[in-house]
Amino acid sequence: MLGPNVAWYVVIAAFLFGIGALGVLIRRNMLVVLLSLELMLNGGNLALIALSRHWHNGAGQIFALTVMAIAASEVCVGLGLVVALNRRNLSLDVDTLSELRG
Amino acid sequence: MIAASAGNVLVWIVWVVAAFSCLAAGVAVISFSNPFYSALALIGNLASLAVMYLLLSAEFVAAAQVLVYAGAVVVMFLFVIAYVGPRKETPWSGGPSWQTFCAVAAAGALLVEIVVAVGMQANGSLSHETEVGADFGTPAWIGRVFLVDHLLAFEITSVVLLVAAVGGVILGSHTRRVA
Repeated sequence: MLGPNVAWYVVIAAFLFGIGALGVLIRRNMLVVLLSLELMLNGGNLALIALSRHWHNGAGQIFALTVMAIAASEVCVGLGLVVALNRRNLSLDVDTLSELRG
Repeated sequence: MIAASAGNVLVWIVWVVAAFSCLAAGVAVISFSNPFYSALALIGNLASLAVMYLLLSAEFVAAAQVLVYAGAVVVMFLFVIAYVGPRKETPWSGGPSWQTFCAVAAAGALLVEIVVAVGMQANGSLSHETEVGADFGTPAWIGRVFLVDHLLAFEITSVVLLVAAVGGVILGSHTRRVA
């Protein structure tokens, strides 16, 4: 394998996951929280693909593709919630959205 | 031998550029005050991740990443951000509050925990050299593994996507009465 070995990729994946977790914790805009969740999912995907390459096992890539589909579903429902909140003129600040009661 | 080492240096350069732009775009996503710029920074993150997937000989996943994420997910984000209008929020403003401090500490603890756990579990086994066959990661190989070995996961994923699409339509529909 040319270039860096798999451990470097796993380190990058861990940092990407940490950046995403930080974004989820510090941001209050619901849209940016969803974007940070995408960062966390991508960190997980990078680790899955790197270890799939390392162990010569296709299950990691299949799992990464499944994670992409789940991320698309999550964005679909999350953005649906954002649109529904916006239609009722509610704030998108996650600190004020303490209840889901209509 | 010289050609092999030159190729190695080239792959290292590509990797360093891709890894740096991946992390920089990640920091940009959580730092921009305008969510529109955050969504655009996510495209840079996804593109550099696709380069790393190519270096890991996962061609099909790299193509799917660009198509699904940059082509569909980010476009949907941009539409919704344009729909709800500009709602700026400046992170890191107003001085260090206890909430920001705790958030940074929690994210740092999570990062350290991941690195320590993976490092102890791997115990040096991740630095072995491994070689894969030429068909590893190609669409034909992925299709065979997906539809022969992991058919149940494939079908369940399709059901989950259908349920999410129906839920998104119901959440966003105009005709729902406000109680």
